[in-house]
Amino acid sequence: MSELTTPLGSAGGDARPRAPARGRGQERGGGTRGVTGTSRAWGVAFVAPQTLLFLAFFLVPVVIAFALAFMEVRPTRMTWVGLDNFQRVLNDQLFGRALVNTTVFTAVVVVFWLGKALLVAYLLDPMNATLQTFFKSAFYLPAVTSSVIISLIWLWIFNPTFGLLNAFVGLFGVEPVAWLGNTRTALPSLMAMQVIMGGGSSIVLLSAALARIPRDLYEVALIDGAKRPTIFAKVILPLIRPTLLYLVVTGTINTFQVFEAVYVMTQGGPQFATTTVVYRIYQEAFQRFNLGVASAQAIVLFLITLVLAAVQFRLLGQNVEY
Amino acid sequence: MAALRFDPFFRDMSHPVKPTPVGAVVILVVLVVLSLAAIVPLYWMFATSLTPSAMTVRFPPELIPTEPTLDNYRAVLRQPNFWNWVRNSVIQAVSVTAVVVATASMAGYALAKLPFPGSRALFWLFILSMMLPFEAILVPLFLVVTRLGLVDTYLGLLLPLMAAPFSIFLMKQFIQTLPSELIDAARVDGASEPRIFWEVVLPLVRPGLAFLGIITFVAQWNSFVWPLVVTRSSSMRTLQVGLVLIREQEPLFFGLQMAAAMLAAVPVIVVFFAFQRYFLRGVTVGALKG
Repeated sequence: MSELTTPLGSAGGDARPRAPARGRGQERGGGTRGVTGTSRAWGVAFVAPQTLLFLAFFLVPVVIAFALAFMEVRPTRMTWVGLDNFQRVLNDQLFGRALVNTTVFTAVVVVFWLGKALLVAYLLDPMNATLQTFFKSAFYLPAVTSSVIISLIWLWIFNPTFGLLNAFVGLFGVEPVAWLGNTRTALPSLMAMQVIMGGGSSIVLLSAALARIPRDLYEVALIDGAKRPTIFAKVILPLIRPTLLYLVVTGTINTFQVFEAVYVMTQGGPQFATTTVVYRIYQEAFQRFNLGVASAQAIVLFLITLVLAAVQFRLLGQNVEY
Repeated sequence: MAALRFDPFFRDMSHPVKPTPVGAVVILVVLVVLSLAAIVPLYWMFATSLTPSAMTVRFPPELIPTEPTLDNYRAVLRQPNFWNWVRNSVIQAVSVTAVVVATASMAGYALAKLPFPGSRALFWLFILSMMLPFEAILVPLFLVVTRLGLVDTYLGLLLPLMAAPFSIFLMKQFIQTLPSELIDAARVDGASEPRIFWEVVLPLVRPGLAFLGIITFVAQWNSFVWPLVVTRSSSMRTLQVGLVLIREQEPLFFGLQMAAAMLAAVPVIVVFFAFQRYFLRGVTVGALKG
């Protein structure tokens, strides 16, 4: 649901005709002719506001995060403790539990959410523009609604006594379930919510990728006698691979940061069944005020994110042209 | 033209791999079921918000409120700090959007068209930083803001949200596509850089500015984690944080919770329908050369 930022910056590389690659010469020469010393000075002035914000609220915090991870932070002083914080993180069973929960959550959600998005985009592709707009809007609406609102709605739907879901499953003779109160159903319930509400912006991106496939390719395949499954596997999948790669990477990284749903709906419970990495960091930093340990945890999170992205690029990035 | 012929099964008649009529019906059924699963919860928020409190704690729930009432909305408006939360959310969304659109387009122009020593390195620094999720720097960022004495202030809430490497990247990609000849011509005519930026560049990237503005507004209106950790007093909270406070105080008043959620959802839903084409176009801005 923090998907809002995904429909654009396609680092996965689907260049749109509207943003053509610049000629090499211009790229190298940098900018335009007649860039004088004064113009360069203006260039510096123009980047200055964002650069200052970036320094103060991004670069400095990152450097501090690395420093803090080796310190014990007390309100009055900080002491260097070497690798103690990392030792504590590694020995912290709850953090291990959070890692497992988050990994399961991310793996399941990404597979089903992307599967759903791909299915919907594929089914929409041969339909007319009016129908496409209608359904894309319907699927996009939950994506502009905040995670907090979605979480509050589903907290009410999952309510064991008066909730909509128990009324619904009751129609099939199922006894009421404490969806979020039971260690076995709590995490799957959150995953289901994420999959059901997610996918809006991915559908739009995948649709755009499908629409860019040259139609002669389909016609050639049809002349060759290819059936739908073959066309999907041999024509469509290879051509939308960059978009899929981009969605898998950003989707995994974003899903791994899951926080709002846990904070609003379960507070990590019952019995830590839904404690996730970011929620654990939040508890350590803002409820127990162990800023050093929290920083070490954040660095572990950062490294996991990096490794995830790298692995996915390697696995899925073969044959992708950038 | 085949594409314009009316098809009762909503197919695109020019598509090379059209479904059969039966196939189209199956597709429609699948799409309706999947989209209903996502839309029914939003409808349920709306329906519950109109249901009297006494009726929400009854099983089974009624799908259409038989005695619709606005009492829940009145109760939300009576919440002690509700208008403060609305004001803070408006301040956050509007000011961050304005500052980000202005400064990111300036930075994007400089990085695309006014190279200076080190500008490439700076650009790559911005790109790299986009890989790091906000949650990973939450703790040290909070510490920086604490040291600056800005916890529970507007500056502390807003300034960190205004650092927007992604927006710089977006605007740089938009501005990069403008023909440099236009800018050169203005320069030859003796126009100063700020004037070129204002009178030549900005008018040409208006769609990009609109797009950046819309997505920034929605993301800021919906943001939760930073406002949660950086504000303390109830009057400094934003609407999203306020929703959680309402639910903590009144866990059993589902009508009240859903009415508050409706009030927080309506602005972005209005923005979505007003600017639908920007959301549904699937804008992908250039490719990063890997």
